[in-house]
Amino acid sequence: MEQTKKIRVLIAKPGLDGHDRGAKVIARGLRDAGMEVIYTGLRQTPEQIVEAAIQEDVDVIGLSILSGAHNVLFPRVMELLKQKGAEDILVIGGGVIPHEDIPYLKECGIAEIFTPGTSISEIVEFIKNNVKKRGEV
Amino acid sequence: MDLADRVLKKDKRAVARLITLIERESPEATEALKQLYKYTGNSFVIGITGPPGAGKSSLVNELAKKIRAKGKTVGIIAVDPTSPFTGGALLGDRIRMQDLTLDDGIFIRSMGSRGSLGGIAKAAYDAVKVLDAFGMDYIIIETVGVGQSEIDIVKLADTVVLVLVPGLGDDVQAIKAGIMEIADIFAVNKSDREGADRLVTEIEMMLDLSQKQFDFRPPVVKTVAVTGEGIDTLERRIREHLDYLSKNGILEQKRRAKVREEFMELLKDHITRLILQKNSPKIDMLLQDISKKAVDPYTALDILTREIL
Amino acid sequence: MYHNKEFLKKLEEEKKRWESTTVEKVISKAPERYEKFYTGSNLEVDRLYTPLDAQENDYIKDLGFPGEYPFTRGIQPTMYRGRLWTMRQYAGFGTAEESNERYEFLLSQGQTGLSVAFDLPTQIGYDSDHPMAQGEVGKVGVAIDSLKDMEILFDGIPLDQVSTSMTINAPAAILLAMYIAVAEKQGVSPEKLSGTIQNDILKEYVARGTYIFPPEPSMRLITDIFEFCSRNVPKWNTISISGYHIREAGATAVQEVAFTLANGIAYVEAAIKAGLDVDDFAPRLSFFFNAHNDLLEEVAKFRAARRLWAKIMKERFKAKNPRSMMLRFHTQTAGSTLTAQQPDNNIVRVAIQALAAVLGGTQSLHTNSRDEALALPTEESVRIALRTQQIIAYESGVTETVDPLAGSYYVEHLTNLIEQKAMEYIQKIDELGGAPKAIEKGYIQQEIQDSAYRYQQEIESGRRIVVGVNKFQIEEEPPKNLLKVNPEVEKIQRKKLEVLRATRDNIAVKSALEELSCKAKTSENLMPSIINCVKVYATLGEISDTLRGVFGEYKPTVTF
Repeated sequence: MEQTKKIRVLIAKPGLDGHDRGAKVIARGLRDAGMEVIYTGLRQTPEQIVEAAIQEDVDVIGLSILSGAHNVLFPRVMELLKQKGAEDILVIGGGVIPHEDIPYLKECGIAEIFTPGTSISEIVEFIKNNVKKRGEV
Repeated sequence: MDLADRVLKKDKRAVARLITLIERESPEATEALKQLYKYTGNSFVIGITGPPGAGKSSLVNELAKKIRAKGKTVGIIAVDPTSPFTGGALLGDRIRMQDLTLDDGIFIRSMGSRGSLGGIAKAAYDAVKVLDAFGMDYIIIETVGVGQSEIDIVKLADTVVLVLVPGLGDDVQAIKAGIMEIADIFAVNKSDREGADRLVTEIEMMLDLSQKQFDFRPPVVKTVAVTGEGIDTLERRIREHLDYLSKNGILEQKRRAKVREEFMELLKDHITRLILQKNSPKIDMLLQDISKKAVDPYTALDILTREIL
Repeated sequence: MYHNKEFLKKLEEEKKRWESTTVEKVISKAPERYEKFYTGSNLEVDRLYTPLDAQENDYIKDLGFPGEYPFTRGIQPTMYRGRLWTMRQYAGFGTAEESNERYEFLLSQGQTGLSVAFDLPTQIGYDSDHPMAQGEVGKVGVAIDSLKDMEILFDGIPLDQVSTSMTINAPAAILLAMYIAVAEKQGVSPEKLSGTIQNDILKEYVARGTYIFPPEPSMRLITDIFEFCSRNVPKWNTISISGYHIREAGATAVQEVAFTLANGIAYVEAAIKAGLDVDDFAPRLSFFFNAHNDLLEEVAKFRAARRLWAKIMKERFKAKNPRSMMLRFHTQTAGSTLTAQQPDNNIVRVAIQALAAVLGGTQSLHTNSRDEALALPTEESVRIALRTQQIIAYESGVTETVDPLAGSYYVEHLTNLIEQKAMEYIQKIDELGGAPKAIEKGYIQQEIQDSAYRYQQEIESGRRIVVGVNKFQIEEEPPKNLLKVNPEVEKIQRKKLEVLRATRDNIAVKSALEELSCKAKTSENLMPSIINCVKVYATLGEISDTLRGVFGEYKPTVTF
């Protein structure tokens, strides 16, 4: 008898940015929406993020960054996920990210960028609707 | 290549995926476990429990590093409580083990207790088997440490370390009886704080007064997880305990008891499920009668049993 | 204010009469918009305030006169009649050359003091070629790898005439050393230097995240700076005890005051423990607060903070010099209130927040720019932000008298309430063993996070309105022409480092770093050794790594 699927999310802070209010509020919000949330803490390298995502077999990775380093760090995460054959993980991002950078990030494989003003319920909806069917590993 | 094969071929992703399937109680998981079972039995399982705020995660982090320094591999399962209201969980133990993420000889998995009253996820028992088959020398289980989860950990771990901190407000006496008794080793963490020596003395006194006959008297180790102080000693005491268990055949005994316990659980589950499958309508009827007080629950059970057997 | 019992009794009766007749008549037909009303920080707000409120206040004891204890009405007797607040816009990005240009622009537009923003690698003690610096170089501030960069940053800026505030914490000693060295090259002696370093590590652990070393050695570095400056750089503000970031992380106004002052108490205790006399360093302590949306609550907050700190310094620490009891502060308008939607609205928000800071008696002010929810500000945006301050200063009239809102029944009530509630928190923190212990236990962080979560829930439930975000939304094109930081900065800095390492006296560097390492293991003041290292062009990363080798790195207590 299969249990209802629980969505597992990794919330990560790549790079040196120390602003974690948003990441923590989202983490709590996702928990309240019934998901299992793993928060990595600050100062994560893309390597650490991807390795954690794999060990925890998460359905979603949420990247939070307010320092402007997203154009370097986010694509690196996507590259590593590809290398490890983990492209079926849904990757979303948020923080201080200008709209004009979003197309490039999406090209790299980020499913959506949530800019300031996004509500928790929007993110929950998006995740529920877009979590990829976890295929063959 | 199926999941079980890939686990045996040291594929970490397969381990991670299998644990997810175990949590989901998927039949695929059961198939894989069938294949992996004969490869289990080689890991030593260390249980780390204690009240929230004791610094368990930091302690596990340091302990794992110490074990790695000796060239052994470590699997870590960190359990956090699942909210009974939302079903969600904030799994925050991994944060304190950041330096271990990229170590090839370490695997960390965070689990929500998912409604298990025992505080340890049901899935943890089987997750341990996977890590065992994967080849981890040691498996550390870190639990929530409130309520009855301590009892669960005794069933699962070979060595149980109870982590306490001075000044958390609980006197040794206030800590529920039974919890103190399951510890094979006591770690007084944050021992650079005031009251540490007093706590050590209290524990020793409690051990002195205890009715139990100790062949292996639980040692009390002072640690300061954030600096690594005392971890050497802790690791040594754990090894000593495991040695003691192995040499005296106690490990064998414990494992046999574990096998029995697990199998009985499986049996109970399985049979209950079968009965529910085949007898739902009859059970529903009986339940209605019981509510109407037309029959008492014990007689109802007799009725059902006669029908089934 | 004190009134006789007769009068108060009559007033109370009259108020009841007013409520049951005049008010009742209107309410029964048109109820108020909400059942209960709250300030931005969830303190309950009544319909009307009268002399019945805050009537326990004694004007002389509780309000007093500006420039005199308890400084509720301001720390100078003439306030803005004597001198306007310093208009100090936080700025910095890219290379030292680019930032230097922005500083010259701001000074030419009438800014009266410099405020340096450093990039994250610099703030965390990494050189621009460190692996963790990838993608971060020059993004949130200027990249400073060595004294060479510092020299370029202040090229053409006379350090004896301009006061400079540097937002730097964990490596503050290093940047201060560089500043002193640059001044020396300009022929300006340390006694002439005026400015501030933020140097507040406790709030880094709690709300901002740019820490390096664990608490004990960090406090040691801070007290070394206090001691060094009290003797050699007397006009320098050695710390800016910050509440801004605590508020930005989600704290309420009460918590902002409480946790900031609790941290302040910890610094004073550390300095006294290190053997300094309170009146030797306390006059140079300064603070940094947030200016949030609720105008009147913010004004009350600043006044409450001043009065509370004065009492703490006098009664708890037995300071004798009145300057030790003065809470001098810089304010920044609340970044977290800026919206990405309809960004021009932010100009209005900032104006209200800036007004609150001025009515609250700030000594210096930074106003955010309209585009900062999405990027660092363009020249045009930052000019508007600066003009906002200038319009308040020259056109609004609020500067013509001191503490104009004093005596408002509502404001005095709020001032008392905030002081009282902040004091309760401070007592709780004392019980936990002081701010450093409370931080270790995660108490302060947990309180902040709970407030942050509550705030978000209020927005999502609609109880808290954010114009343009959850009400009055429009379909809009994303803003164009945002500032982009030159992506080549990282390459440029790496090249500079290569050149530096090849052309400096590496033997002198090695020996200076070794000396620093030795001294770090003793309890000697490290400033002189750090200045030595800086002068021979040891890099920021090399100096920080030397100290990491002795002090270790901080392991955070993480709470949700």
